[in-house]
Amino acid sequence: MTKRPLSVWEHAQLKGYSRREFVQFCTWLAAAAGIEASAVGQVVHALETKARVPVVWFHFQECTCCSESFIRSSHPIVADILIDLISLDYTETLMAASGHQAEAALHESMTKHQGEYLMLVEGSVPTADGGVYCCIGGRTARDILVEAAAGAKAIVAWGSCASNGCIQAARPNPTDATPIHELVSGKPIINVPGCPPIGEVMAGTIVHLLTFGRIPQLDGLGRPLAFYSRRVHDTCYRRPNYDAGLFVESFDDENAKRGYCLYKVGCRGPVTYNACGVMRWNAGVSYPIQSGHGCIGCSEANFWDNGPFYQHLAGFPGFGIETTADDIGVAVGAATAAGIAVHAVTTNIRKRKLLEVRNEPAGPAPSAGEKR
Amino acid sequence: MANLQRVYVWELPVRLYHWVNALCVTVLAVTGFMIGRPFFPHIGGEAWQNYSFGWVRFVHFTAAFVFFFNFLGRIYWGFVGNEHARWHQFLPFGKGRLRRQAKEIGQVLRVDVLLAKDESIESVGHNALAGVTYFATFLVFLFQSLTGFGMYAAMSDAKLPRLFAWIVPLMGGDFAVRQWHHVFMWFFVVFSMVHVYLVFYHDYVEGRGVISSMAGGWKFVEKPKP
Repeated sequence: MTKRPLSVWEHAQLKGYSRREFVQFCTWLAAAAGIEASAVGQVVHALETKARVPVVWFHFQECTCCSESFIRSSHPIVADILIDLISLDYTETLMAASGHQAEAALHESMTKHQGEYLMLVEGSVPTADGGVYCCIGGRTARDILVEAAAGAKAIVAWGSCASNGCIQAARPNPTDATPIHELVSGKPIINVPGCPPIGEVMAGTIVHLLTFGRIPQLDGLGRPLAFYSRRVHDTCYRRPNYDAGLFVESFDDENAKRGYCLYKVGCRGPVTYNACGVMRWNAGVSYPIQSGHGCIGCSEANFWDNGPFYQHLAGFPGFGIETTADDIGVAVGAATAAGIAVHAVTTNIRKRKLLEVRNEPAGPAPSAGEKR
Repeated sequence: MANLQRVYVWELPVRLYHWVNALCVTVLAVTGFMIGRPFFPHIGGEAWQNYSFGWVRFVHFTAAFVFFFNFLGRIYWGFVGNEHARWHQFLPFGKGRLRRQAKEIGQVLRVDVLLAKDESIESVGHNALAGVTYFATFLVFLFQSLTGFGMYAAMSDAKLPRLFAWIVPLMGGDFAVRQWHHVFMWFFVVFSMVHVYLVFYHDYVEGRGVISSMAGGWKFVEKPKP
């Protein structure tokens, strides 16, 4: 006899939650996932009928800052997600099992829930030298990724490492660190970039997957539109200063004290898609710009290579640190002006005869090909 | 100079395109540079008291739309305009044009750049080298339009910019798009310097009325030998 897995509601009842508490929780989840109030019913229905989703969470080339951010998400609190919504069968940093036991748990979950489990990946995968730069249990990260991805229902790439390579993929990228979407095809992949991503954004993404059983609406770079459709700049509370041309010129000036726009000291807000300006960090306490430092664009691809962080234009590759396109442009412009000056002088010397014709009023103009 | 005759070269739409384009490029380069590296004086006061940087951006975006449609208009005229405005002036395909073009490019380089004493250049409208160069500018126009509207799409609900939104993921994000959009601004600066100089140079050396041709449309060419 096969046992039907319990739905989230049944599971909650077993644990002594009341109907009111359950609906409250659903409303909360809906808000976190950016779902409007009229659709709360759908969320309730989904959790009444759906079983808890098996989840495996991998850690490859990463610093665990995504996990740290996730376990600090405040709405909905991570305990609720971890315990009530998903069945976290494998995660190196949080599980009690280790060694062979851990591997066994992973394989059991992958075989039992073939095609059903949700795969969360933190970190990039090195591909240089056969992938030796990241091995777990004697196998390369790439091996593990490909095997686990084959049976996954959907994959979530946590953070900039998994979405675009982050610091280990910065020039010269010695280990060939590669983001997940370049190694796996044929599976829905959601990129949740950021270093780390905002905890609530991570929670919201999972909630959407769990309640609707399908991936949220994504943009051209595979990011959930609910959180990545606007630039930090568009939701920045300092934006009026930008529009008024009020800029901080250096971090210790009067303008910095007044809270002017950090654009000229290198803020990447105008080129960075994230929800920092709206959701903020640490339960809505603050975010970099609010703390007086420009955005470094941590959720954008290649942000490490687009430095220096404290100037607006990036350094131009191949021309030395802090050489911007403008420096090169000025040099090329000056060279052009010099070339023009030389050309103008030379013209008057070389074409002297031709030009003198003008001073001979009745003289016939020399025709083409004639010796002058 | 009696053996010169005048020829109507640049039709009104071409002249109009030229000056609208010149104006737009100037405005776009100046405002674009201000956006990329704000250098105008600090006005002061509180944020609600002025909208200076907002206006700079507004002018940039408005000029961009004018520039774009002006560019489209020129492309259209490349198919219906006179011989000198036609597309094959820029893309010399068919009927031995490519060979003639290559030969004339060599001539132009010798006469205009290396300042060789002589050889006359056949073309009445654009010379061969100019044709190729202008085609390159069209490619840059296209690139600036794609990247510009691509960045603009994120803050607009308008249909037109949305058509270009795909360029951002293709180039790997807004930062790269912005960087290259800025780099190609310098192309316009250098192009304008060389372009204006060469027009003066040709007018001075050849006396065929190149400068005024873009105002009235007429150039002077030698009468064919009887």
